[in-house]
Amino acid sequence: MRLERLHTAANVATAIAWGAIVWALYMVFHFVPMERTMGNVQRIFYFHVPSAMVSFLAFFICFLASLAYLFTRRRGLDIAAQASAEIGVVFCSVVLITGPIWAKPIWGIWWTWDARLTTTLVLWLIYVAYLMLRAYLPEGSRKANLAAVVGILGFLDVPVVYMSIRWWRTQHPAPVIMGGKGSGLAPPMSQTLRVCMIAMLCLFIALLLRRIVVELLQDEVDHLYREADVAPPERG
Amino acid sequence: MNQAGGGATGYAVEARGVAKRFGRITALRSVDLDVPRGGVTALFGHNGAGKTTFLRIAAGLMRPTSGELKIAGLDAHKEAAAIRGHLGVVSHELFLYGDLSAMENLRFYGRLYQVDDLEARCEEVLTRVDLIHRANSRARHFSRGMAQRLAIARAFLHRPDILLLDEPYTGLDQRSVATLNELIEGFREAHHTVLLTTHDHHLGFTMATDIAILRRGEVIHHTPAAALSREEFDALYEESLQ
Amino acid sequence: MRFLQQLFTIFMKDLRLEWRTREAMSAMLLFALLVLVIFNFAFNPDREMVLAIGPGILWVAFTFAGVLGLNRAFASEQENGCLSGVLLTPMDRGAIYLGKWLANLCFTLIAEAILLPFFVLFFNLSLTTEIPPLLLVCLLGTIGFTAVGTLLAAISANTRLREVMLPVLLFPIIVPVIIGAVQSTGLILNHETEGLTSFIRMLALYDVIFLVTSTLLFDFVLEE
Repeated sequence: MRLERLHTAANVATAIAWGAIVWALYMVFHFVPMERTMGNVQRIFYFHVPSAMVSFLAFFICFLASLAYLFTRRRGLDIAAQASAEIGVVFCSVVLITGPIWAKPIWGIWWTWDARLTTTLVLWLIYVAYLMLRAYLPEGSRKANLAAVVGILGFLDVPVVYMSIRWWRTQHPAPVIMGGKGSGLAPPMSQTLRVCMIAMLCLFIALLLRRIVVELLQDEVDHLYREADVAPPERG
Repeated sequence: MNQAGGGATGYAVEARGVAKRFGRITALRSVDLDVPRGGVTALFGHNGAGKTTFLRIAAGLMRPTSGELKIAGLDAHKEAAAIRGHLGVVSHELFLYGDLSAMENLRFYGRLYQVDDLEARCEEVLTRVDLIHRANSRARHFSRGMAQRLAIARAFLHRPDILLLDEPYTGLDQRSVATLNELIEGFREAHHTVLLTTHDHHLGFTMATDIAILRRGEVIHHTPAAALSREEFDALYEESLQ
Repeated sequence: MRFLQQLFTIFMKDLRLEWRTREAMSAMLLFALLVLVIFNFAFNPDREMVLAIGPGILWVAFTFAGVLGLNRAFASEQENGCLSGVLLTPMDRGAIYLGKWLANLCFTLIAEAILLPFFVLFFNLSLTTEIPPLLLVCLLGTIGFTAVGTLLAAISANTRLREVMLPVLLFPIIVPVIIGAVQSTGLILNHETEGLTSFIRMLALYDVIFLVTSTLLFDFVLEE
């Protein structure tokens, strides 16, 4: 059965994610040497960057699932879009929280309205709105369609937002803060970053599968209630 | 639009395994139903049996999750636009703009339906539902019964040959009931088709030529009304409520 | 031809409804006027400052007022299930979107045309040669946010709390339009011509992108 197979997959992914996270923590706090100028706070980099990567991947999956949903109308794709957006928002929040913590001691400021930061914030706002829409749409035949439209529109908007902010900021030059990405990263650092990325990816996959399983179980429970001709209890 | 096109079969509506699921809800499990042309088919069932969902699918407002549906011999999904001209729909929603007058409402819908002799037709239709004296008052100021008659006028404005009625008698005043009965009678005389849903089994039974009973998203009985006595029908209906 | 007729029928119906009730227009105007007044109190700007923050204030007033209008646009369609009634007719779905969008564009532009003199008056600006490019920017910016706004209003009309849902969905998505519109308005007010044409070209590009995407996606919004 599909549900059981997914459940097993979620368990396996969780186990792998555990292992990968332990490995990543070892790399970050023990293996990698202290960065000379930034000190200990630089270690947040190993959580910040992989989270950003994973959140972007999550929103991309939400976009693909939404698009595929509109063409196939399969319930599974609607669930995948929702689960992916939820997890994406969590990782994106991590990015937005760890960013300023890292920035304050290094740049001396919490926040700057440069293209990358601003786009991340707008991205977060778009997907929080997406989840809010899902919460406020009544359960019915329109819900999945409408959510999918926003899932697609929101993602397509991201490059447009990024380009316009970058363009605007180059008109009014702001201090260039981030150097070329990953430039001059020492080998132990890039190794650690790679491990952290794998760990985050594993965590993402485990969470995604788990979330999908929960939603499918919910469907199953409702189905059983209906078969038995009993009204399912109100869910908040 | 007076002749249902392409129909080799004698059916106005042909449904094969029509199902509708949304999210975690299954609204229609699997409906097989042939609605004969020129008859009045009544679809019975208690609340939540799927009557309204089926009618919305037949009206082209909802897309079935699976199954095949033909209206007037045309594929409901591929030839949706061609089908819409054949259908007249009356539901508990009135589809009227409160701040447009009766005439303006009809004119608006008439343009979208591409009715040729629009002005004359609107007047004719308003006369038939006995609203011509209020043609220029806003729908918002109509009594419930008048608004319902206007909604009925809107439904047959474009000369449809299949009439879909969703719980048409619910909350209707006497005059509107008479108007609706005249309309159904007119359809029967012209050998057009009527498909109506109702949970009022007395009224439904007296006017129907065909009877279908829907239970939990499936058709459990479908017979010509003449084949059943009143008692037999009542027994069947009771059974469907179990 | 039929497409245009249908589009026009929808558009005229919306104009007529608005003319009867004047609900959207009065709400938009009053609200935008309040925004201008409140910002004046909040900043108490001198001449230098007006040139710096004026464009932002103007577009906050315009977009907030626009959201009020957009929210109204589908309220009349929800009442009595009129949108379903329209969907029963053999009309093109794209014509519904474009008709509603044109009506919204029309209302918002009228409101802006009335507000602009108040803006000039309240902030003691003197405009002469700036007027034609300013009107162009207003037109392009408004096309952009009403194009997405009409699509999102059709979506949020299905929710509880639709008055809140629309701005929450709309504002993050129209960030590029707001940037373009505010920046070009700023350049115009400060008599800077450098970069203005490219900003205007950028706005026009957004309009095309948003209009095309929204038209394509609108079909799915109507379908059940």
